[in-house]
Amino acid sequence: MSFQSAAKVTLKDAQLRRNIGKATTLIREKRLRAVAEVPDWEPLRDAGEAIKAHTMATLPEQLEKLEAAVTAAGGVVHWARDGAEANAIVASIAKRVGTDEVIKVKSLATDEIEMNEALEAEGIHALETDLAELIVQLNPEDKQSHILVPAIHRNRAEIRTLFEQTIAQGQSLGNEASAIAEAARLHLRNKFLTVPMAVSGANFGIAETGTIGVVESEGNGRMCLTMPRVLVTLMGIEKVLPAWQDLEVFLQLLPRSSTAERMNPYTSLWTGVRPGDGPQEFHLILLDGGRTNVLADEVGRAALHCIRCSACLNVCPVYERVGGQAYESVYPGPIGAILTPQLNGLGSAPSLPWASSLCGACYEVCPVKIDIPSILIHLRGRVVREEKSRLTPEALAMKGMAAAFSTRRRYEAAQRLAKLGRGPIVKAALPGWTAMRDLPEPPKETFRDWWKREHGEG
Amino acid sequence: MSTAKADILARVRGALGPSPVVPEIPRTYRLAGTLVRDAAVVDLFCETVSEYKATVHRVAESALPDKVRAILGEGLRVGVPAGFRDLGLPVIEDRGLSVAELDELDAVVTGSALAIADTGTIVLVSGENSGRRALTLVPDHHVCLVAASSVVPSVPDAIAALGPDAPITLVSGPSATSDIELDRVEGVHGPRRLDVVVFG
Ligand code: SF4
Repeated sequence: MSFQSAAKVTLKDAQLRRNIGKATTLIREKRLRAVAEVPDWEPLRDAGEAIKAHTMATLPEQLEKLEAAVTAAGGVVHWARDGAEANAIVASIAKRVGTDEVIKVKSLATDEIEMNEALEAEGIHALETDLAELIVQLNPEDKQSHILVPAIHRNRAEIRTLFEQTIAQGQSLGNEASAIAEAARLHLRNKFLTVPMAVSGANFGIAETGTIGVVESEGNGRMCLTMPRVLVTLMGIEKVLPAWQDLEVFLQLLPRSSTAERMNPYTSLWTGVRPGDGPQEFHLILLDGGRTNVLADEVGRAALHCIRCSACLNVCPVYERVGGQAYESVYPGPIGAILTPQLNGLGSAPSLPWASSLCGACYEVCPVKIDIPSILIHLRGRVVREEKSRLTPEALAMKGMAAAFSTRRRYEAAQRLAKLGRGPIVKAALPGWTAMRDLPEPPKETFRDWWKREHGEG
Repeated sequence: MSTAKADILARVRGALGPSPVVPEIPRTYRLAGTLVRDAAVVDLFCETVSEYKATVHRVAESALPDKVRAILGEGLRVGVPAGFRDLGLPVIEDRGLSVAELDELDAVVTGSALAIADTGTIVLVSGENSGRRALTLVPDHHVCLVAASSVVPSVPDAIAALGPDAPITLVSGPSATSDIELDRVEGVHGPRRLDVVVFG
């Protein structure tokens, strides 16, 4: 399904739109406050951007250093060209450990390669321990809609009912959020204390020292990283950071951009295996999974700088209207629009680069200054050039454009952006871009009105 | 070398081309040592921690045992790291407690390696002062002692003082979730109650 048709489905769900609108408004305001109190926020962003660009340019060296350091600290490093290889490594470790159940910390990388399904096919149940992931996992028909708060589209009453029908086994929970959280605590506690193997993602891997970092809130991460005998961490190759000192940049940028807090409740940093403390067997899987394709595009590669904070989702007018599920990817919102088509091949998601109004808000909030609007324009050009034979790009483009330019202001902002040219990036995209540059008059109606008129309520 | 490794590195090199531009990293943000470390830093820490719904206590070092007893009351099963300072109350030292034994503790008292004023963060470094990680995770109530002299102003100050040798946990308030309508709800899987005792 294209983004436009998927959006049509989610746009119809008024409850979903209300839930997302309320949540993103709240977190936008909070983020502004959290950022405003940091006087050197811009220098931190500059450093974050440069560290990431530096890492990409020296990636082979960084990955080899990371492997050597993790190995020296008693860990085992595996390399996986794709998701299937990574899943097979995890399954084989679980079988050797002799467990038919693993506990998991929220990890987009494992979602991306559909690890839970792959393990299930091998008779191994992967239990999600994040509250939001649990909410999504308990409802077989549900899907994640946000990077950070995957159940952002569910309100309290819906979650309560779901829990009462499942983990609370019919017991009434009341309407307090704390009672709902308590039900999750009771449900998972025994698992944390007894399951012998955990799977996690990673926010950072420090090449210099072999240290892996996981940033979280609930403590389920600490449980998974500490209590089981065996820990397997899946890390995309782009998550490596060169130096220990780099932590000081990202531990400031990430929490304030994501949960809009000065610091998230828990951050775990560990290096290999520590005798007498935590898992005595540690595996790190370094995953390519399409990342080298992204790296090959000089303009698009900045998408690999993403630290998954989700700030760009929360400010995106298109995301706010359609929600995360319309992006049909584990990476929704503006970052999804530039990452998914590059990771999976442009042909797999050709409409996603049009899922934006190019208003530029995503770039302004991005803690590592990824120029998402310019990359979108660049990818639109590539889709038109490279996928021409398989699609009718003009039709696709015009349709997407019309949907994207929901208001005169945004449309004009986009035109300004196009006129300013944003330097060489837009020029590089121009051969494709010109095909759709003669835009219609800016629509005077809103996106929703337009949508209603164009597609009807049903 | 595994073939997967060789393939991935070859793909990375191919993607980057023969001479990728390696940008310099501008570190014009406030580096370690930029901010003054005075009494105001300790006050700021107390303020930022309390905003996370942790309870903050400020005492002289000599009053530490009394304060801890006042927080915990009587009759609780209290765990501490092996060889921990004398608190003048019955404690269970962690000399390799089993998971079941950890789970039976009502509370745990530990020290900390340092604390960050700017963010209200306590830094636990696995070892004799902070204990091992499971000790401050399984019990539902954590009483954490923070020496006033260990409070640093900023995150860079903390990172500069730390290293990779032992596991580190940065703790900023009690366990919490914002997954239900983005309300911060205290207490999911980690300790639901956090008392921070700043002494000295
Ligand atoms: S693209 Fe930037 S703002 Fe969006 S999730 Fe990634 S790091 Fe955050």
